[in-house]
Amino acid sequence: MDLSFTDEELAFQAEVRTFLEKNLPADVKDCYSRGIHVPKEGQERWQKILNDQGWLAPNWPVEYGGTGWSAAQKYIFAQEMGRAAAPPPVPFGVSMVGPVIYTFGTQDQKDYYLPRILKSEDWWCQGYSEPGSGSDLASLKTSAVRDGDDYIVNGQKIWTTFAQYANLIFCLVRTNPDVKAQEGISFLLIDMETPGITVKPIIGLDVEHTLNEVFFDDVRVPVANRIGEENKGWTYAKFLLGNERTSIARIAESKLRCEHLRAIAATEKMNGGLLQDDTDFMRKLTRIEVDLMALEYTELRMLSKISRGETLGAEPSLLKIKGSEIQQRLTELLVESLGMYGAAYEALEVRGRRNDKNFAPDYAHGPMAEHLYLRAATVYGGSNEIQRNIISKMVLGL
Amino acid sequence: MDFELSEEQVLLKDSIDRFVLDNYGAEDRLKLSQSELGFSRDHWKIMAELGWLGMAFSEDVGGFGGGAVETMIMMENMGRGLVLEPFVSTVLLGGALIAEVGTDAQIEAIIPAVIEGNMMLAFGYAEAQSRFNLNDVETTATKSGDGYVLNGTKAVVYHGGTADKIIVSARTGGASRDKDGISLFIVDSNAAGVDIRSYATVDGQRAADIRMENVSVGTDALLGDESAAAPAIEKIIDQATGALCAEAVGAMSAANELTNEYLKTRKQFGVPIGKFQVLQHRMVDMYMEAEQSKSMSDMVAMKLDMAYEDDTRKAVSAAKAQIGNAAKFVGQQSIQLHGGMGMTDEYSIGHYFKRLTTIEMLFGNTDFHLNRFSNLS
Repeated sequence: MDLSFTDEELAFQAEVRTFLEKNLPADVKDCYSRGIHVPKEGQERWQKILNDQGWLAPNWPVEYGGTGWSAAQKYIFAQEMGRAAAPPPVPFGVSMVGPVIYTFGTQDQKDYYLPRILKSEDWWCQGYSEPGSGSDLASLKTSAVRDGDDYIVNGQKIWTTFAQYANLIFCLVRTNPDVKAQEGISFLLIDMETPGITVKPIIGLDVEHTLNEVFFDDVRVPVANRIGEENKGWTYAKFLLGNERTSIARIAESKLRCEHLRAIAATEKMNGGLLQDDTDFMRKLTRIEVDLMALEYTELRMLSKISRGETLGAEPSLLKIKGSEIQQRLTELLVESLGMYGAAYEALEVRGRRNDKNFAPDYAHGPMAEHLYLRAATVYGGSNEIQRNIISKMVLGL
Repeated sequence: MDFELSEEQVLLKDSIDRFVLDNYGAEDRLKLSQSELGFSRDHWKIMAELGWLGMAFSEDVGGFGGGAVETMIMMENMGRGLVLEPFVSTVLLGGALIAEVGTDAQIEAIIPAVIEGNMMLAFGYAEAQSRFNLNDVETTATKSGDGYVLNGTKAVVYHGGTADKIIVSARTGGASRDKDGISLFIVDSNAAGVDIRSYATVDGQRAADIRMENVSVGTDALLGDESAAAPAIEKIIDQATGALCAEAVGAMSAANELTNEYLKTRKQFGVPIGKFQVLQHRMVDMYMEAEQSKSMSDMVAMKLDMAYEDDTRKAVSAAKAQIGNAAKFVGQQSIQLHGGMGMTDEYSIGHYFKRLTTIEMLFGNTDFHLNRFSNLS
């Protein structure tokens, strides 16, 4: 057991740090450090810079464009990204469908889609949830019926993040309604330009447009766009969710928020002194910092397991639960740190033309947006209650 | 970066597992804890023979050169069995202090005897008014002729009643709570003027209040430099705190296993109570607390094996704060999920709860360590 980094790892850390200092665009950094979604153009510009360096998809196998890094290197990279306030790639391509394609896809699918993900030529979205199928995902009803070399898809997906930007959607569809729910699902890759697809925005409680409904009305999808076998989609879907949960803890970002909070507490005035003199406030922050440290070392233990070739049990669920709770506590405390300026909220101003009206301290623009958006953190990716069900079944055998 | 145990470490873990399995059945432990002594000298002999008492000492003082990771492995497994022998008091506190700042003569006189199991130690650092502040020392040591005269009372000295020698902190200068002016002395437990009032603690162990009235000691009793003991005290208490975290991890994992098993066997409304989602989720929360604690315990052991600096102090306080919270939660919920059975003295879950409760207090409770962490940030 040893926590220290080798000289090579320290050199790698310096390399990553220097690269980020030189190459992370200032506008992207500013947005992300506030907890605001980076606009599509900025996100794609940044992803291209990362990909030119070969660092867009560290977790992919080398043959498909991964880095071949050790677990320690991946950890260092994630820490440095967080430290620099560098947004990770949009997850739908790199972290979600990419691994499904290289693990279960055909050679043609790998050859076509994987390079396009790396070059940010495609923007993917995730067609999982339906109006009647949330936590009980396997009950989904969107149907795909064979017609020659095509499927005809009919139904509706919901809560589809960034569908308005996406040109591709990976979709769970029902190909057999007569068997056990999990055994009649297939996994399709669908072009969003296909006739019959309609995207309708859902304005979130943050008064932002990140969510959508996606309607399928006799949409023709080539059978060649199916991943793996027909009716085996649930296996691929679960594989994807497991990957999603490991990246969902967002520890490096939360560390950045803690530092940000300490800086605000050293600036905000209170009772003739500073917010940081308030022991109740600082106690809340300290508790979060301690919990975050525990989560960080839990993730490191998990990475160490992966690098030894052990398979994971329910650890990703633990990371998801604890990571999302910490994110929510942090944004809540960030809002609290602003005093009454926590109430000011002009969504468009905050997003697009920040500080136009020149009110409130600069750091007050962002925390409420993130606080509102991250109420979803304990819901998405499988709600925290579903994660507890998973641990209960897989680890505790209850 | 590596979280794996070496082969030797796995062997160490297995041997302690075996010891606990052979000697620490719930009934055996209960009997032992209620005996006059409160632990077993035969166990102590076994621990010496297996080399555990010398594990943490460096090779130049006759030990086996193990580090904080080896200590963590031992303590975690002792925690699973709620082991009662004065390992922390003798080896990790008293012995470690002597190895850290003792003269060659002091080391030669004490450490080999400790390693062989022939001498027990205790460390009196706390006083009635000090709570968890290690620098809040009112016991005085006044220079007198060839030595010192000690006056004052040390509070809740774990295993003070069975120790052959007691190390006490006393003030040779400065005002109470000053960092400067604190010295350490090695006091024979049967020295004139030493009054030891031994009592049981709720976790089945023993502690003592030790009153010293004009106790004369020679200059050879001074441990480390005069008036400059505070850094060594802080370091050794931090190391012991790391070890205590590991003990808590062992106790929590054992408590969770017992509770999980109970959920699978206890039936109400015609089904095992583990079928109820509210209890499943509670058990998951207990499991997560124990896992987070294990991560912190591993982390702090590895940090204690690196240079001792502010980052180490922060790590110790973070671990103790997290584990203090977790210990309370797991202990209390274990009782809740056991229902009436959890309230009996006969069934072992209550003993885990009681030890976890004292672990939360020992070497500074959760609030103390949250403050310390924050002040170091």
